[in-house]
Amino acid sequence: MAYGEKVIEHYENPRNIGSMDKTSSDVGTGLVGAPACGDVMKLQIKVNGDGIIEDAKFKTFGCGSAIASSSLVTEWVKGKTIDEAGEIKNTQIAQHLALPPVKIHCSVLAEDAIKAAISNYRTKSEAEKAGYGGGRELVSEEAAE
Amino acid sequence: MSAKPNIKLPIYMDYQATTPMDPRALEQMLPYFTETYGNPHSRSHSFGWEAEEVVEKARAQVASLIGAVPKEIVFTSGATESNNLALKGVSRFYKDRRDEIVTVVTEHKCVLDACRHLQQEEGMKVTYLPVKTNGLVDLDILRAAVTERTAIVSVMAVNNEIGVIQPMVEIGQICREKGAFFHTDAAQAAGKIELNVNAMNIDLMSISGHKMYGPMGIGALYVRRKPRVRLQAMINGGGQERGMRSGTLSPALCVGFGTACALSEAEMGKDNEHIRRLADRLYKGLTERLDDVILNGDRDQRFPGNLNLSFSFVEGESLMMGMRDVAVSSGSACTSASLEPSYVLRALGVEEEMAHTSIRMGIGRMTTESEIDFVIATIVEHVNKLRAMSPLWEMAQDGIDLKSVEWSEH
Repeated sequence: MAYGEKVIEHYENPRNIGSMDKTSSDVGTGLVGAPACGDVMKLQIKVNGDGIIEDAKFKTFGCGSAIASSSLVTEWVKGKTIDEAGEIKNTQIAQHLALPPVKIHCSVLAEDAIKAAISNYRTKSEAEKAGYGGGRELVSEEAAE
Repeated sequence: MSAKPNIKLPIYMDYQATTPMDPRALEQMLPYFTETYGNPHSRSHSFGWEAEEVVEKARAQVASLIGAVPKEIVFTSGATESNNLALKGVSRFYKDRRDEIVTVVTEHKCVLDACRHLQQEEGMKVTYLPVKTNGLVDLDILRAAVTERTAIVSVMAVNNEIGVIQPMVEIGQICREKGAFFHTDAAQAAGKIELNVNAMNIDLMSISGHKMYGPMGIGALYVRRKPRVRLQAMINGGGQERGMRSGTLSPALCVGFGTACALSEAEMGKDNEHIRRLADRLYKGLTERLDDVILNGDRDQRFPGNLNLSFSFVEGESLMMGMRDVAVSSGSACTSASLEPSYVLRALGVEEEMAHTSIRMGIGRMTTESEIDFVIATIVEHVNKLRAMSPLWEMAQDGIDLKSVEWSEH
C-alpha cells in the first residue's frame, strides 16, 4: 500500500512519543483498541490549572496510519482546553493525513483516544474534588467545566 | 543507517511471491520470439516442427525435475490454472463414483476457492483438514477423512506463507491405499526440494514457472499415466496438451520454464546450501539481537528459504513501512484491506495479536550475505524503534499480562 506523504512524515518523525505518570492527578490517560485487532493507542494529556492541555504523549501499536493519527492528535490537543480537544473529529484527522478508506478506523481510534484521556482526567479531578484524590490541591475550574 | 556500497537497494526478500528470472533461462528464451517463431502445433512446415521440438525438450526438462515422463506434463498458464484443472478436472470426471474432496485449511487461496466452487455449485463434498500448531497435517486425521468416495486429496508440498513441508510420502501412501488421487500444489516446492512423483505416489502436481526462476505466465500440471488419471478439460479448443488444455503454447515460455527446471535440478544442492546458510544467518542475527521473536511453522520440516517471524508487540505493517529498502510480505493481510490476520497463521493457532506482528522473509538463489546483514540491521533498528513507541511493549516490560487487560475491541 502506498502511504500519503503526511503519514510517512509522522511515521518517520513521530511527535511526542512517551509516557507520563498515569497516577498523577493532572494526567489523563486513554488506552483504546485491542492487540487482536492490530491497533492499540495510549494517549496521555497533562492539564494545567487553567484547564489547558499543556503536554500530550502517545504510544501506539499499529500500522503507519495509526501511528501518524496518534502523533498528529498529540500536536493538535496541545494548547487547547479539554473541551476544545474533545471537539476534534476523526474526519479532520483523516482529511489532514489523506487516509484511504481502509485506514479511516485509525482516525476513529485516535478520536476515541482523546475522548478516553479527557474522560479519565475528568474522573480523576472530580474524585479529587470530592476528596477521594491523592490530597494534592487541584484547581477546580476545569473540573467544574 | 547508511547503505553498504556493495548492495543495491531496495533488497528483494519476497521470493514466495515471485523469483527473479535466472538470466540463463531468459537467454534461452529470446530466440523464440523473433527467430524461431513458429506455432508448435503447425504440422505442415519447418517453422512449426522446430517450435514443437523445443517445446518437447522443455516438457522433458520439467518431467525430469519431478521424476515423471514427458507425456505426463501438461503446460498451463501457471499454478492457479493447474490447481483448478486438477481439482475441477478430476471432480467432474469421477463425480458419479467419487464425489468427495479432502484438502487442508492452510492451502493456497486458489485451491480453497476452487474447492468452494465445487462444493457450492457442483455438489462435491469437501473436507478441510486442520493443521497442528507446527503447520503440518495430522496423518491420523487425514487417514480418517479419506473414504471410498474421495476422488482427490489435495495437500500442498511447501506452504507459501510459512514454508513447512507436508509429509508427502505418507500422504501419498494413504491416498494409494484408499484409491483416491493425490494432488499436490508444488508451486513453492518444485525446484526447491526433492520431489519424485513415484516415490511419493503423487498423481497430479501443480508447478509454477515464476516461483523457480523461470518466466511468469507458464506452469505445468503433472497428470499420472500409470495408473491413469483422467480429467475433464476446462478449456476446449484444438485439443492441444492431449486434449487436457487447448490453446497455442508459447515456445519461448516453455523454453524458459524448461531451462529453469533443468537449472534447478542440476543446482538444487548448491542452491539449498546457500539458502540454508543465509537463512540461519538471518535467524541467528535477529534472535541474538532481539527478544520475543517467534518462528512460525515447524522448525525442522521446512524449506529454509521461507522465514515467517513474529516480532511481538510490533505491528507487521508498521514494520514493513519502516523497512522501505527491503521488500518483504506481511503475515497479516491488513494491506489487502481485509484487516484480517493471515488465515494460515490463525490455522496454526497463532493468536490474532501475534499474527498481526508477523513478517515473511524469502531467501533465494540471488540473495547475498551482505543483503542479509543489511536486512538484519534494518529490522533490529525498526523493531527497537517501534517497540519504544509500543504501549504493549511498555506494559509487558512493566509485568502486565496483556491477556488480563480488558481491551475495547473495535
